[in-house]
Amino acid sequence: MKGVFVASLTALAISSTMVSAADPAVVYDQAGKFDKSFNEGVYNGVKKYTAESKIQVREFEPKNEAQVEQGLRRLATRGYSPIVSVGFNMTSAVEKVAKDFPDVKFTIIDGVIDLPNVQSVVFKEHEGSFVVGALAAMASKTDAVGFVGGMDIPLIRRFGCGYEQGAKYVSSSATVLQNMTGSTGAAFNDPTKGSELAKSQFSQGADVVFAAAGGTGIGVYQAAKDEGKFAIGVDSNQNHIQPGTMLTSMVKRVDQAAYNTYKDAEMGTWKSGIVVLGLAEGGVDWALDDNNASLVTAEMKAKVEDIRSKIISGDIKVHDYMSDSTCTY
Amino acid sequence: MFETLILMLDATMRVSAPLILAALAGLYAERSGIVDIGLEGKILGSAFAAAAGAAVYGSAWIGLGFGVLASVFLAMIHGFACITHRGDHIVSGVAINTIVAGLTVTLSMNWFSMGGQTPTLSGDARFLSVTLPFADALADVPVIGLIYSELLSGHNILVYLAFLMVPATYWAIYKTRFGLRLRAVGENPHAVDTAGISVAFVRYRALIICGILCGIAGAYLSTAHNAGFLKDMSAGKGYMALAALIFGKWRPVPVLFACLLFGFLDALAIRMQGVEIAGIGEVPVQAIEVLPYVLTVLLLAGFIGKAVGPKAIGRPYVKERA
Repeated sequence: MKGVFVASLTALAISSTMVSAADPAVVYDQAGKFDKSFNEGVYNGVKKYTAESKIQVREFEPKNEAQVEQGLRRLATRGYSPIVSVGFNMTSAVEKVAKDFPDVKFTIIDGVIDLPNVQSVVFKEHEGSFVVGALAAMASKTDAVGFVGGMDIPLIRRFGCGYEQGAKYVSSSATVLQNMTGSTGAAFNDPTKGSELAKSQFSQGADVVFAAAGGTGIGVYQAAKDEGKFAIGVDSNQNHIQPGTMLTSMVKRVDQAAYNTYKDAEMGTWKSGIVVLGLAEGGVDWALDDNNASLVTAEMKAKVEDIRSKIISGDIKVHDYMSDSTCTY
Repeated sequence: MFETLILMLDATMRVSAPLILAALAGLYAERSGIVDIGLEGKILGSAFAAAAGAAVYGSAWIGLGFGVLASVFLAMIHGFACITHRGDHIVSGVAINTIVAGLTVTLSMNWFSMGGQTPTLSGDARFLSVTLPFADALADVPVIGLIYSELLSGHNILVYLAFLMVPATYWAIYKTRFGLRLRAVGENPHAVDTAGISVAFVRYRALIICGILCGIAGAYLSTAHNAGFLKDMSAGKGYMALAALIFGKWRPVPVLFACLLFGFLDALAIRMQGVEIAGIGEVPVQAIEVLPYVLTVLLLAGFIGKAVGPKAIGRPYVKERA
């Protein structure tokens, strides 16, 4: 054990002379690290890594889109590496900065960049969404379920498409209402609009709503609670936000993605390229804990688990919106 | 179809309530000759103070009190700079907006350590919806039942307050001595001064009312419409209110309709999403989103005619010396 420790220390010392010291950093997106959703998931991974390794992770929260590239550049200039950047919206900024700093390791979550010093982590959101969509249709009494997306981008449509397929798999007659909050990054942090969209869907008959919208979701869950309907969380396990209202959460293990990047970089096993995490890899899943245990009956649970294993084994093929930009399946 | 319309109007009421309050707040300030671009900052400051107060004391009413206090305090800073020291109104207003945007997040990080949010409010810490008497009994009556039980009943008390403020403001501005002086101060402060009335005092009182109304608007955002404070949650409502004020030519009732129009377009945008329209197909989100702004520009450019503000607006009052 001690030998390993000394060896890794020496390795660290050597690598730090080659590049700069292994100073990890993270750039959150505009919703901020406490959005109780996507960014907070990454933050949890960061926290876990810091607690284990006692290495501080430098954090940067941009206040607007222009600051993303500046922030990345500043971190890279100061020798921080690896730098985890959170979210699709950062793709072009990371690409630019990564080209200028070929020695710095970048990991981008939810985006794909083909450069030798960038690791792209993407998730099979459609698989996880299929599972929660199926559960939503089982819980719905009106045979109508809703989906509130954040920014209108293919990635978010992928959530919606998977969800729709899941709901229709359980009940082919189900109505799936879909709304997007907006077309800018601000759409991920607009709970007022989220709550209005949810209320509009409830008035059209939906009684379960799935929000894939970051901070906007908080308004959606509040609306669901106020009207006595069910809501489904996203990215982090959000079951604790409104216990009794949250049917489940579509968990995306972004915390694991961030944690692995830091750990791998520390161990020297970090690789560039694309990492795809789906149900089989544990990258996406549905959340069942004390907060929603009473809402999910044993029968529902068994059925969901069955669907889950069928997706993993390939018996159910979930159509990926991003493969052809349509939701026909 | 009828039901859809009622539900859209229902959403309109919720969305336009803070706009109405803020626009009326601006009306008092601007009618007295003070340009108030700081509405946005006051709403945001109040939203934070109300959520913080409600979170700590567990009562929405105490939260509302804190919100109003915070907003009046900001209004007084504006007054001190613009009335007492004859500063530039726009500069002071923008300064308030900028300070509040940063201060709210910083304070809440320090107090609640939740990254610039306040704890989620529930129960008594929020203004919950009020069901008007007989709403349930009348719900099944055709037409009237739906209008009464869906559209009029089931809002929280601040929504009703916002709508009541419109006739109240009309009465205060046009039917009271204070209102007459307020309008006079905005048009011709020298005349008011000659009559032996303090211009500064009238303007300060107008700003206090402005502060109270913005305070209610802010408290509505964080303790009634939502359940807690989030950074930048006012999301431009202060500017929208200012636009509605100009749109409504600085008069209470037209201002109400301008706010309702903005609110309705918002509700329409939400409803129209993903709906198939015959002959066109599904309208993209972006096109729907831009609709309120396009309509505003068209209406402002073509239909409402020239909007002339109070004459003495934005000009500090200086007593002439012999």
